Amino acid sequence: MPLALITPNLKPLKPLMFKPKVAFYWCASCGGCEETVVDLAEDILGVVEKVDIVLWPVAMDFKYKDVEAMPDKSILATLLNGAIRSTEQEEMARLLRRKSQYMIAYGACAHLGGIPGLANQFTREHILKFNYEDGPAMANEKKTRPQLVTEENGRTPRLPALTNVVRSLDQVVEVDYYVPGCPPTPKITRAAVTALLENRLPPKGSVIAPDIALCDECPRKATKPANISFREFKRPHQALMDPQKCFLAQGVVCMGPSTLSGCEAACISGGMPCTGCFGPTSRVRDQGLKIMSSLCSNLEPKDEQGISAVLQGIPDPIGTFYRYGLARSLLRRKVNLPTD
Amino acid sequence: MSDSTNKTPDGKWTPRIVAFFCNWCTYTAADLAGVSRMKYASNIRVIRLMCSGRVDPQFVVDAFAKGADGVLIGGCHPNDCHYVEGNYKCLRRYQMLKRMIADMGIEPDRLRLEWISAAEGEKVRRVVNEMVETVKQLGPLNIPCKFEEWDKEMEALAGHVAHSQSAAGAACPDHAKPQTAQTAHV
Amino acid sequence: METRKNEPVRIGFYVCHCGVNIAHMVDVEAVAKYVATLPNVVVSRNYKYMCSDPGQEMIQTDIREQRLNRVVVAACSPLLHEHTFRGATEAGGLNPFYFQMVNIREHDSWVHTDRLEATRKAMALARAAIQRVPHHKPLEVKKVPINPDVLIVGAGIAGIHAAITMANAGKKVCLVEKEPSIGGHMAMFDKTFPTLDCAMCVLSPKMATVGSHPNITLWTYSEVVKVDGYVGNFKVTVRRKPRYIIEDLCTGCQECVANCVYKEPKFPDAFNLGLGKRKPVYMPFAQAIPSIAIIDPEVCLNFKRGKNPDGSYTVSDKCKKLCVVACGDRKAIDFTQKAVDKEITVGTIIMATGFKTFDPHRTPYYGYGVYPNVYTALELERVINASGPTEGHLVMRNGKEPKRVAIVHCVGSRDENTNRWCSRVCCLYSLKLAHLILEHTDAEVYNFYIDMRTPGKSMEEFYNRVAEEGMHLVRGRVADVYPDPNDTASGRLIVQAEDTLTNRILKIPVDMVVLSVGLEPRPEAEDLRRLFNLSCSSEGWFLERHPKLAPVSTFTDGIFLAGCCQGPKDIPDSVAQAGAAAAEAFSLIDKGYVEQEPNTAFVLAEECSGCKSCIPLCPYTAISFNEETKKAVINEALCKGCGTCVAACPSGSIVQNLFEDQEIFSEIDGVLAPLPQ
Repeated sequence: MPLALITPNLKPLKPLMFKPKVAFYWCASCGGCEETVVDLAEDILGVVEKVDIVLWPVAMDFKYKDVEAMPDKSILATLLNGAIRSTEQEEMARLLRRKSQYMIAYGACAHLGGIPGLANQFTREHILKFNYEDGPAMANEKKTRPQLVTEENGRTPRLPALTNVVRSLDQVVEVDYYVPGCPPTPKITRAAVTALLENRLPPKGSVIAPDIALCDECPRKATKPANISFREFKRPHQALMDPQKCFLAQGVVCMGPSTLSGCEAACISGGMPCTGCFGPTSRVRDQGLKIMSSLCSNLEPKDEQGISAVLQGIPDPIGTFYRYGLARSLLRRKVNLPTD
Repeated sequence: MSDSTNKTPDGKWTPRIVAFFCNWCTYTAADLAGVSRMKYASNIRVIRLMCSGRVDPQFVVDAFAKGADGVLIGGCHPNDCHYVEGNYKCLRRYQMLKRMIADMGIEPDRLRLEWISAAEGEKVRRVVNEMVETVKQLGPLNIPCKFEEWDKEMEALAGHVAHSQSAAGAACPDHAKPQTAQTAHV
Repeated sequence: METRKNEPVRIGFYVCHCGVNIAHMVDVEAVAKYVATLPNVVVSRNYKYMCSDPGQEMIQTDIREQRLNRVVVAACSPLLHEHTFRGATEAGGLNPFYFQMVNIREHDSWVHTDRLEATRKAMALARAAIQRVPHHKPLEVKKVPINPDVLIVGAGIAGIHAAITMANAGKKVCLVEKEPSIGGHMAMFDKTFPTLDCAMCVLSPKMATVGSHPNITLWTYSEVVKVDGYVGNFKVTVRRKPRYIIEDLCTGCQECVANCVYKEPKFPDAFNLGLGKRKPVYMPFAQAIPSIAIIDPEVCLNFKRGKNPDGSYTVSDKCKKLCVVACGDRKAIDFTQKAVDKEITVGTIIMATGFKTFDPHRTPYYGYGVYPNVYTALELERVINASGPTEGHLVMRNGKEPKRVAIVHCVGSRDENTNRWCSRVCCLYSLKLAHLILEHTDAEVYNFYIDMRTPGKSMEEFYNRVAEEGMHLVRGRVADVYPDPNDTASGRLIVQAEDTLTNRILKIPVDMVVLSVGLEPRPEAEDLRRLFNLSCSSEGWFLERHPKLAPVSTFTDGIFLAGCCQGPKDIPDSVAQAGAAAAEAFSLIDKGYVEQEPNTAFVLAEECSGCKSCIPLCPYTAISFNEETKKAVINEALCKGCGTCVAACPSGSIVQNLFEDQEIFSEIDGVLAPLPQ
């Protein structure tokens, strides 16, 4: 489904009378999403021309109080990327929600929790300890940890606290639209921005991508046999891959069948299987469980040992099937972890 | 939702087990157990599906997420599936699902797959009783309560944000609290 | 009246007392009161018998007067009454699939002992249905035409009776029998209780009818090897084993038998349980149908000894083949005959595969196979029979007439160590045999029984009559049979038992011991069960769909049960059941179509990405890949509604009618929702 068809028959709302205000914000993410905005290349100029960017900490200098001073709902849209995992991110999310007409979860982390969401397999203490004490690249003999409040030269610098749980944006504030991807492709971004500016918005809560799985647009679709039966699973580096052939047909886990399309199979075209960053279709509650169900149903063995042997080829099912979606999965977090 | 949902009126915790039984073998076996007036623990809530192959792993995990302490899947014996081999598909998913729920902190014994033929009313009785015993040993899982507990940290901050914002931008007087965006960006 | 879109859901809920079956353990009023508080519930009632006419009428009236558009009934198992209540829902003017059933009898009141807990469980299950039913969609029952032909497997008295019944009604019957002749066990009996008429006199006219009926295709010495398809349209492969006689050419003259190079019968005769002898070419028994000889390649000199790996035999051509000479121009003998697989299509199947008798080698304390004068009851039937190996003279293996005979009841029945069930016929056939022994000899007869079980029409009268003929009836299980230490020469045996009425240990010297062996499932029943996709009880009998409501139906639509394959029974009951099975098959056929539960799956064409994950999962090849649209499609006619592909669709783009994801999720939600304290 071409992107132009995402919002086919929606009547334009009342035309925008003045230059709309737009905010970009960056929470728990790698920064790749911010790059995408830049990746719009010349188009960015068009966007800049049409909008008034009122907040973009990665590129311009704004203060919290500037945002806070704005009247509520005065920002047309906030494109927020990154998962929510600190008090500061949470507060900004709430503030921007209040100031914006549309809150847009931009990128896999805001949409699904993303890679940071994998931290939901561990406690906050475990993560801090590893990163400040036990990590192999760590030289911290005093085992100093970041302090929330310190006294230094009469000043009292304070740091935000990590939350126990990594959250997708919609687990913190109401989200109007989701722009999927890790990062969202320029095309998807353009489609979202255009829809916004032209006021041709899909129903609230939509993911701005065709609601059909990636195989639909995969260049290798035709090479997938109709009688697939898995005898083993390999990881891409464990075998010489046929660059033309469906990854699943080569025994490599590809999340394409359970992942929204719209990226034009970018990873597959780059020689890597889909890892699921666009998230599930609207008909699926848990992307990881669904791809697991599909793959496992098609194993060859029928006996417990045989099945178990094939499944050894997927040593880390959580990391494989919930690469981006753990925080938004049915369980969200390893359930026996304490909160402190 | 509070943990009272898992309690009997006299206040004791008792496990709730959701079962997915295939229409042809295990559901019928459970009917047979009834007709034979066998007695077993009342903790089980059976949901009828046509085949164990219909058991979507999402159903199992959703049941846990909504408060089940255990999930039991019942299907026809190998080679005996009414639909030829739906039960094998169930078995394959089940084996991976066991690993996944373990990774997510749910004791694997809370999930059980049993082949129970239409004639094995007695096995329904035994398996349900065993399952209830096992889950009793493991204690409450109560994931809805965990969700509540996890979200407390958000409620706390939401309260704090509401308070500070109503104070019209006044500096946060409470230094013991972690710094928020308000102070960090000033 | 169909529900329009956006019309608010209005549910009627009914909880059944089932007399006291439910109400004694579930507080039905509390359940109704609780359900009344749930969203969308307009009516919530409890009633003594929901399945009764007034109960169903109540539903229909409420639909009309309360403008209900959904109905939920909490009662017995949906396997029992779902159909009834769907009918009531439809009669009230709604689509029948706007109905959902809650099982609070088999799954609740009958299996739990704590009323409070059982009531709470009923509430939870009811809530699941209340939350599920708003998602229900109107569905249509698909009608598939039915093939009027019927397959009957097994040609004992049950199969024979069913075949004649169907054939007389003008249906084409294919009757498949494993043995070279039809007749089954009944053909081996001498006389039958309680009328004491000769078994063969009753049976042989029916056998002859089968042999000559224009509507019956009789395939003996044949076995079903493959069954595909479903009710209305089964594709069955039957393997016709080679008998080395061309059926169409054989006239049954038996000149081949008379002229065989073996002048005397030398080989154990299976029909007479090895008590008589036959030649390599033989007629199974005098009244065999079809009246066609058969050659045993294991012993015929014209074959090399031993089977080939594929089960065939190699012709040695070493015999003078006097049989071929005798057959002459009829040319009916063909040593090169091979097994042939025949494929037929039928709409319904009747299983009448019978039983086997208990093998008393498993009760070694009775000395069967050790002491030659220990017989099974079936062997005695042959010995007593006028066409049996001794031509009806009751003599033992040593040629002597017994003076004292012990009949041991319950061998392989009602016994923890062998079979726990009562075989139902043994008491009566033991009495019959006792009577026949008395009729044939002057012997003294002892019946050792645990309980004398003679239920059924004229059976107790039969017992009273025979008991007065002067036999000994000893209430006690026989513990041991051993040779008389005082008389080793004659083969006399001592039967030891405790007479539980007088509390005395008895040691009765007898010449002959007859073991009243029980009835067991056939050893191949397990294979047949798999082949026909049936269920078996834990004992191994084929399982009926419901013992009272559907006693001859199975869980596989279109397959019915007749005779002892379903459980031990006597001849009258076998015949009655065969008639019932024929009637069930006939009612299906005469309707002309079968209704298919609309629980099939379909692919959401817009949403399917064409990943092909589902295609290899379907055992019925109902799913194919449309090369034009590049999407999966499900052929609804082939789909059986298991839902495996639905669970496996990675993008949630397959939907199963009646079992939609949203419906199941709502049930999960419902059973786990908090209950009032």
